[in-house]
Formats: sequence, structure tokens, C-alpha cells
Amino acid sequence: MVTIVVDTKEIQADDGKSVLQTCLEHGIFIPNLCFMKSREHPHASCRLCFVEIYGIDQPVTSCTERVREGLVVLTATARARRLQQAAFKLLMSAHHCRPKACPVRGGCQLIRIARHLKVGLNSQPLERLERAIDEEVDLGLFTYYPFRCVLCGRCVHVCRQRTGHNLLTFAGRGLKTVVALFGGGDLAAAPCRHCGACATVCPTGALVLKGEQGRAASADSSLRAPQIPPR
Amino acid sequence: MNKQEIDARFVSIRREAERRAEHRKREAIPTIYIVMSTCGLASGAAETKHAFEEALSHKGIQARIVPVGCLGHCYAEPLVVIDHPASGFPPICYHQVSAGRARVLVGSYLEEGDPVLEYVLGAMERSDLIPSVMDFPRFSLEQRLVMEHCGHIDPDDIYQYIALGGYSALARVLASEPAEIIHLIETSGLRGRGGAGFPTGRKWSLARASETGGNIAICNADEGDPGAYVDRTILESNPHQLLEGLAICAYAVGATQAIVYVRAEYPLAVQTVKRAIRSAKELSLLGPGILGTPFDLEVSVFEGSGAFVCGEETALIRSIEGRRGMPQHRPPYPVEKGLWGRPTVVNNVKTLSSLPSIVQKGGSWFRAIGTASSPGTAVFSVVGNVRHPGLVEIAMGTSLRTLIFDVCGGIPNKKSFKAVQIGGPSGGCLPESFLDTPIDFDSLRQAGAMMGSGGMVVMDEDSCMVDVARYFLDFTQKESCGKCTFCRIGTRHLLNILDRITKGDGRKEDVELLATLSEDIKNGSLCGLGKTAPNPVLTSLRFFLDEYEAHIKEKRCPALKCRSLTAYYIDLEKCARGCEVCVGCCPVEAIFTTRGRKKGIDQKLCVKCGECLVACPREYDAVVKVSPPGLAPIIERPPDEEKSVGGQG
Repeated sequence: MVTIVVDTKEIQADDGKSVLQTCLEHGIFIPNLCFMKSREHPHASCRLCFVEIYGIDQPVTSCTERVREGLVVLTATARARRLQQAAFKLLMSAHHCRPKACPVRGGCQLIRIARHLKVGLNSQPLERLERAIDEEVDLGLFTYYPFRCVLCGRCVHVCRQRTGHNLLTFAGRGLKTVVALFGGGDLAAAPCRHCGACATVCPTGALVLKGEQGRAASADSSLRAPQIPPR
Repeated sequence: MNKQEIDARFVSIRREAERRAEHRKREAIPTIYIVMSTCGLASGAAETKHAFEEALSHKGIQARIVPVGCLGHCYAEPLVVIDHPASGFPPICYHQVSAGRARVLVGSYLEEGDPVLEYVLGAMERSDLIPSVMDFPRFSLEQRLVMEHCGHIDPDDIYQYIALGGYSALARVLASEPAEIIHLIETSGLRGRGGAGFPTGRKWSLARASETGGNIAICNADEGDPGAYVDRTILESNPHQLLEGLAICAYAVGATQAIVYVRAEYPLAVQTVKRAIRSAKELSLLGPGILGTPFDLEVSVFEGSGAFVCGEETALIRSIEGRRGMPQHRPPYPVEKGLWGRPTVVNNVKTLSSLPSIVQKGGSWFRAIGTASSPGTAVFSVVGNVRHPGLVEIAMGTSLRTLIFDVCGGIPNKKSFKAVQIGGPSGGCLPESFLDTPIDFDSLRQAGAMMGSGGMVVMDEDSCMVDVARYFLDFTQKESCGKCTFCRIGTRHLLNILDRITKGDGRKEDVELLATLSEDIKNGSLCGLGKTAPNPVLTSLRFFLDEYEAHIKEKRCPALKCRSLTAYYIDLEKCARGCEVCVGCCPVEAIFTTRGRKKGIDQKLCVKCGECLVACPREYDAVVKVSPPGLAPIIERPPDEEKSVGGQG
């Protein structure tokens, strides 16, 4: 155990654990989408969890920083906020927010983040991006909605971890990057035992089990991330 | 194993190489060296070679044809050097040797002894008979270390490299301790030539420190910058210098496995390196038990499948592992935990190719070249609006002005210099006021560009800087791996904004939006490619803000480049009555005849291809290009003419 300071609050933390996880466990919210405890190496792709750390001249992603004795973390500096808000605006410019059709009832992580960052769900001053990709992709057991997807990679990770098969993967380049089945095909025929973990971990309802309007009915609550702060 | 034993083994190989070289010299028949690397082949070197073979057999002349790698003088390809000792002339370099010229050379020079002066670029050695190529700044101002033997030897003949001192550095290294080698490279001050300029010696000692018994050395030849082809040329022209460097690196960092990562788009380079590895293995210069020592090094070639991102080391490593090439957060750095979890050193082609000469001549010799903080040489592929484009190797610290105007001959067609783009999509555009910037890692970074992996594009007054920035952003956003938010989505926004500016739909807040977004992408991206992706925008905003403002506020493209912001019209004063040249060349029938039997352009139909401007006879020079398009006077199409066009349509 080491002692770190987060926004003037002293915290006893496990040496070597990520700053993001430590903060979340101590009830200090830092926006995040791609973070998962079970990842050995942080994915660090959503770029939302910026903080400032004393002694480092630039804001850094808190998921990639490890806790060590005497660390001083500031989660709400102007520079960190600017990057968090910029990343969020960028995500929202490519994410189609349609509350009525959204399967993530109530617990949308994007709404939580917007509230935390004190920004709206629009992407102003950036325009909405149009993309030449399908609105809906049939993956057999699941339907994939590329315009909801924020490419956090949680489904890809959990699929690899649970099934050992790496059935889900990223495909395409640039803004056309999507989540897809490795080599095409559909999940109904895949050796994944239909665990549904991929749909459960999705923070934006981009991967939905067919026949379910809401989240996949996995009993496994440990997957039921992302970490949502108390209101 | 002691030094004498290694030396004894190597000396026998060296003797064989010298014996072969001597034998060639004694044969006293003419030798024709033809540049047969990708650039030579593209300009017809294969046809040239065929013509030489035919002409020689037709005339019954005995001569040896040796395919060699690239000399770096792309403007003069296909290049041929003829060594004809019996003629009394020194070896002569000929430029633009087409099949026809090849036949003439065989007849005139090889048969009759007349060296055909009009085809001569220069003599390869100093003599009173023919001016030497060394009298040209394009040759004399260069300092060649990495490319020393490129274009002078057959890349497929390992003995030619050995005869010039090749692999003797490896033999020397094998007799020393790895720590000594690392120390030597540290004292030489060599910095990685891949772009960032990390000290090579420090990288090695970090890898050495985390040694687990199975380190890996990787040569990064995944050269993807538009306009850069330095690595390809080195691989095709002298692969053994690179392999020797790779073996030295592997020995120093304790690697038993080495991989050359080449893009599959370089088929000739892939084949050349594979053959080179095979022939080095046959001589026990690579493979198990090199030169009888216990040092094993298995070298293989990995072909990258064409993702720009795979030039980034963590993405490169993942793609070798068979996974999607996406960069990962560092640390852990590859030197701690790289390919298959093992400590991995990734070095650029030019870095590795610099090693043999450093080992042979020493760290202080290397330090004396270039500048204090960036010793050695820099290799650039200089392309764009220069008279003598091609590969140039100059000492670090040389100014951009010397490189562009002295070495490469300046801007052709009486145009003026506007900007130079260094470092590809990660680099920036520098204006004329930066021409005296010395070329080294720190000065270029300070100026807002970067060394990059060797691409340099020179642009004249006809280039629109907004359009150039748009071009690079189009490239980056297409090649983004899609992993992190800033690069995937942010670069697309930059592109969209630049796109609308070049189309005349720019808004007054766009400049600020570009600047803020670029700053955010730079600070927020995951990998080096994302962090540097906005550089073309940031530098053009800094140095060419007036062009952005002209586009946005006046809807004017100062360089007359952006199609939506330009128009063509025909100056009726200059137009010749009855001339129909422009009418015939217009692809959309936008040109009509006025009542006065002169010509006018229908602005509604014109697609602004510029064909009429090219076609209009020089003595009239009546077609004018203007920006903004409103400057073009409106010439009404006569009503009858309108009818007849409508009838045809």
C-alpha cells in the first residue's frame, strides 16, 4: 500500500495499480470507455481519462499511469478537461444519439460523461460525420450498429478472454473501422457458446443480442461495466 | 573463440572476394554497369539491358553486363556506366540510356572507341579526357556513408561487397564484447534514422539490460511516407551493408533472431534481401555459428501488408505476431517487452546501414561528421519541383538551401521556391525564410517539421499550401488504424474542414477550429503517428496563414490550384480569329465561337481541366486562369450557337 493524493484527497492505494482504477474504486470519477480491469495491457484508445500528474508536463491518460508512492493526481485541471472534452466531442460527432431507439436505457455512459464534463451530447462546433458504412450489421446472434459504436474494444477483449477464440476483431481503417467477426460469417455458427459477454460489456448499445431490446441478460454482474459514478 | 581464429576464417572469405575482383580486372573486357533497381526499371532499364545484349551479340563484341543498384540520380535514369579499359577512357557514366542509345553506344564506343560525348553525364574517375561527375555539385556536395556502395556493386554478389571491405566490421565485432560495441555506438552519438532520433546506443543498452536470453533485432523497412523511397533503394542496392549492420546490432543486444520487416509493395527489395540472406548464410556470415563463433543469428524477412501504421514499432510488432497492426501504449517499450514478449530492438534501415562504417572507422570519426547533437549523414529522397530529384546523402547540418538549390539544382521552369515538405505526413512545410535551417533532428523539430524517414518534397509557387495540407490529411485519415479517438475521428474533421476551404466553403471560424483541433490531436493521440498527424496543418497555418485567409475570406486561391476557386477565360484581344485549337481539346464542349469568330468559355460547362491553357498556341497565349472565378469576364454565347449545341446534346 502506498499513499497518493487525488485532488487534495489522500488515498491508500495498491502499488502498481492503474491510477484510473484506483480513483474509480475510491469513488472519484474519471471519464472512461475502454478501460477494463481484466486487461493486462491498457487499451488506451478512448482518450477520455486524461489527468494531470505532478512532475509530468503534459496531461496523461490515467489508465496507463501506475500508482506509486507520493503520486499527486489532479483530475479536473483545465488542460485535462480540454482534452477530455475534445475527445468526447469527437466521439459524439461520429455517434448517432437517438434516445428513443437506444437500448441502453437509463445507464448510458456517454450521458454520464457529458454530465460530468458539463457538455451537451452534440459535437459543436464540430459537424456530424457521415460515413459510408451500413447502419445495421447482422452478426447472426447479434445485431451490430456501427453508428452507435465508439470502438472502445471492450467486446473484442472480452471475446478473446472468455472464448479464447478471438471471434470479434476490428476491421477496416480510419473512420471506416468497425467491429466485425474474424473472417466474416455470423456468430450463430461460431464456437462462442453464445455467452453474450460482448453485448453485456458494450457501453453504447452497439452490439445487441437479437430479440432483446435492452442489454443482454447475462447473470454475470462483473461484466456489467462501465463504472458509473453515483449521482 | 579468439580474434585470430575469427580473423583467419574471415580472411579466407576476403581472399576469395579479392581473387574474384582481380580476375574480373585481368579479363580486360568492357564492363557495362546498368542501374537495375526499381527506379531504373521503371524508366526502362530492362529494355536497355536487352538492347545491349542484342547489340553485343549482333556485333560479336565481348563485354560483361553487371546489373547494379541505384546511384540515386533519378533525373538521369536509366543510368549506365561503361568501363572500357582498352579505349583509354576512364569509366564513363551515361544518362537516359534508352534502348536506342544503348545500340549507339555499343557501335560507337565499344566497337569504334568514340565515347559519344552527347550522352555522357561524366567520368567516374578524374582524368583530363572527360569531365568527372565529381565536378557537379550533385555529386561533389554529397557525403556518402550509408549509400557509399549503392550503384557501384551488384547487390546479388556478396563477394563484391566483401571485396570493398564488407563484413570485416562484423568480424571485428565478433571478437569483442557486446558491451564494448554498445559503448562504441554510444560514443559515436548515432541517432535512430526512423524519424524520432532516439540515441541508438541507449536503445541497445536498455535492451541488453532486460536480456532474457532470446532478444530479437528487427530492421524496420516499412517505409510508407508518400514520396520517400530511401529504404527501398538501400535494400535493392546494397542489402549486405544492412545485414552486416543487423548482425552487429543483434550481437550487441544479445539477439539470436533477426527480422527484416519490408513492405510487400517492394517486391524487388524483398527478393534482393532474401537472396542476400541466403548467400551470407552460405559463407557463414549469418545463420548458426557465425564465422565459427558460438553466435547464432537466424535472419528472416517479414512482408508487411501495406498499412502505413505498421511503421510504428508497436504496431509492427503486433503485425508480426499475426494480430491487427495497431499501436500500443508505451511503456512497456519493445526493448523491455516486444515481439512475443521478448526484449526487441527495432532499428531503421539507415541506422543499421550506418553501423559497419562506425565499427571500422570509430566513434570519433563518425562524430566528426554532421553536427554535435546529430552526428553522421542524412539520406533524403528529394522529389517535387527540383531540377535534379533523387536520393541525396549529405552531412547533417547542411542547410536546406544548399540541399535544394546547390545539390538538387533548384527550381526548374523559372518558377520560384515556395515551400519544402519534410518528414512526410508527420512532417511540416517550411517556407523560404527557413531555408537556412540546418538539417538535423533538433533544428527541424524546432522549425515545426521533422526529420522523418527521408521524404522531402520541394514545392514551387504553383502549389497551394491549403491543398498540400489537405493531401496529407487525406492520407493520414485513410491510414489511421482506427484505434484512438483523436486520430480516427479528429483527422477526418481536419480533412473535412480543409476540404471545404479548398472548395470555397470555408467559414471565418475555420482557422481557429483547425488550430484548436490540431493542438488537441497532437496532445491527445495514442501513438507517434497520431501525435504528428496535424503537423502539415499546424505548419501551413503558421507559415501560410495568408493563403488560408485568401481562401476563406476572398474565395481566392493564390496559387491558382483549387479548382472550385479558379476559372479560365479567353482574352479576346489576344485570341486569333479562326483558330480552333482550344475547341478541339475541350473535353466538355465548353468552348464556343463568338460573333467576332473568336472563342469564349461557357463557365457553366467548364470543368477547369486546363487543357485549353496548354493547347493555346504560345504566340497567342490567350487563355487566362484567374482566382477568384468572378474575375473572369462573362462572354455570352451567341444565341444561335447555343441552339446548335442544344441540338447536338
